[in-house]
Amino acid sequence: MTVTPFEIKAYPEMWAELDMDVPRFDKARLMLGELYHKSYLSQKNRPAAMTYFDNMIAEIHGGRIKELLAAKAEGRPVIGTFCVYIPEEIVLAAGGICVGLCGGSQGSVPDAEKILPRNICPMVKSAFGFKAGRICPYFQAVDFVYGETTCDAKKKSWEILDTLVPTYVMEIPQLKRQRDIDLWLAEVKDFKTKVEEVAGKTITENDLAAAIKIMNAKRKALQRLNSLRHHNPTPISGKDGLLIEQIAFYDEPVRFTVEVNALCDELEERIKNEVAVPAKKATRVMVAGTPMALPNWKIHNLVEGAGAVIVNEESCIGTRYFKDLIDESATGMEGMLVALTDRYKEIDCSCFTPNNERITQVIKEFRDSQAQGIINYSLQFCHTYNIEEIRIRKACEQEGIPYLFIESDYSAEDIGQLQTRIEAFLEQIGE
Amino acid sequence: MYIGVDLGSRTVKMAVWDGERLVDHQIAASGFEPHRQAEKMIAGYRAKRVVATGYGRHLAAEHFADAVITEIKAHALGIFHYFPGCTTIVDVGGQDSKVISLDAAGRVMNFQMNDKCAAGTGRFLEIMAASLAYSLDEFGRAALGADREVQINSMCTVFAESEVISMKNRGIPRDHIARAVHGSVADRLAGMLARLGHGETVAFSGGVARNPCMVELLGQRLPGVRVLVTGLPDIIGALGAALHGAGV
Ligand code: SF4
Ligand code: SF4
Repeated sequence: MTVTPFEIKAYPEMWAELDMDVPRFDKARLMLGELYHKSYLSQKNRPAAMTYFDNMIAEIHGGRIKELLAAKAEGRPVIGTFCVYIPEEIVLAAGGICVGLCGGSQGSVPDAEKILPRNICPMVKSAFGFKAGRICPYFQAVDFVYGETTCDAKKKSWEILDTLVPTYVMEIPQLKRQRDIDLWLAEVKDFKTKVEEVAGKTITENDLAAAIKIMNAKRKALQRLNSLRHHNPTPISGKDGLLIEQIAFYDEPVRFTVEVNALCDELEERIKNEVAVPAKKATRVMVAGTPMALPNWKIHNLVEGAGAVIVNEESCIGTRYFKDLIDESATGMEGMLVALTDRYKEIDCSCFTPNNERITQVIKEFRDSQAQGIINYSLQFCHTYNIEEIRIRKACEQEGIPYLFIESDYSAEDIGQLQTRIEAFLEQIGE
Repeated sequence: MYIGVDLGSRTVKMAVWDGERLVDHQIAASGFEPHRQAEKMIAGYRAKRVVATGYGRHLAAEHFADAVITEIKAHALGIFHYFPGCTTIVDVGGQDSKVISLDAAGRVMNFQMNDKCAAGTGRFLEIMAASLAYSLDEFGRAALGADREVQINSMCTVFAESEVISMKNRGIPRDHIARAVHGSVADRLAGMLARLGHGETVAFSGGVARNPCMVELLGQRLPGVRVLVTGLPDIIGALGAALHGAGV
């Protein structure tokens, strides 16, 4: 099979209309295409259903943007978010579109560092830089950003981001006592009011119930994919798994769900026919930690490049996004909003204290995924995940789970050292 | 004959194991093409297996090596050969420093490496020696002979260098500063060991273990611990690779 070079499609006119820095963005497009080609198309034995997701990457700066602009033309709101605590269901219920704007690229970091301090999380810098440099069509297309009070880096960057794009903030508590949950529910209601205001419509009970169903179905499809990845030998690479979790943040949810389920059907066939992606004895690794936003494939490239396979991401771009569902039996607007808040409070981000649930969850996912070791990954300067590392490490020691902690950013400087550490970790598991 | 080659950031090391003994070894500068340097070094031998380790291991595998192992595993094997029963290793090479803990059978249990920056590595010592106008050998000896130790606070190479310069300009004797530089590296290594945990003996490997002051100061910072060094600390990694080739 000859592989034609992968191309991310260019839409210079549309980009110009979005007031983007077109020449610069076009260069970034070529680099992303190359990286994707190297990381993804070089993989052997990929499931046929990955074609859809390849295409979602090819059209990442075009086809999907057109859909967003069409929605806007109809007066539907397009809202950018940075955290899985922002309830997408409410945006959907108002007929709007929710896109995750987290940045995973080194390319936009220098733009951010002209304004923000350098020693903050690369995800915040990358995302901020996309806006500051006008090099992300999603950022250019959103009506507004809805941030939240999770970590300090984000919380304080909203104030600066607000000067570039209207930014609202949802207060997410730091603890989960009843009075915190009450506050949370009030914040969810404020969010609903804001979304309704922009959409120019009131969300009905039916709207919300339908949106909850759509999002539950999407999360269930991702759960299904995740449990298929847990099969030994796994029918799909960790890189492809991560890619789908990343695409979940900008694709149209109903279509995405259909495609993920189609992929799952194919993977079930593969399992039946004993088709495995990596070598049968490939070491199985689970990753836990901070989100890996597109196109951050650094750890996956290194681990799978060394012949192992990643079978689970305990991350917001991973299980934290889809492990919990909203109870569909709740009725009435108030009842549904309570059920929704109940589901969101189950997300176990390290911004909460204490966060014992996450320690238990990491170990559970390790067992479920039949992994042989855990790589705990934290973005550089992410204080909450970096500190929570201590407890995860202790828990792994107690359970006798091989464990490696990596703190890294998006630059390529530490690739050589990380490669050594990851290979040594795999040797250690292999002994 | 089993050959181990350690393609490090500064030097290439080679060790020859005949199944029972270390029969030869060589050390040379890495140069621009470390794998060519390594190929030259092994050219005279008829090896059953050549195993590569170090930063250039994959490059070596593309060209001549039969297998690769990481530096971590190589040092574990090499140290276990010399000091069976010692379960902690500190390896300080040109570009990184690592601490490794082993189980009683010599298997790697856990390890830690320095982060991105050069502080706490051989390179750091080289830069500091140069800014004090010492050769590397003199640097270690002078530091060992110094009767006072001042404190360097910066861990970062760039800041430490300017700290050293300001000390010079305050008239602090050169050998005192040299000792301070060694002390700061020893502090860093002791810190890494404290994080990882260590046994009653700690084996010190890598080129920096030839520096007598480093051995001395590391020992001082680990009360109750005996620091073990072989006569040839540079080639521990290469020897480990050779032993791996021999199936040890
Ligand atoms: S890690 Fe925490 S703050 Fe970041 S997206 Fe996840 S839940 Fe939100
Ligand atoms: S990774 Fe950590 S520092 Fe970065 S945005 Fe998420 S919570 Fe904040």
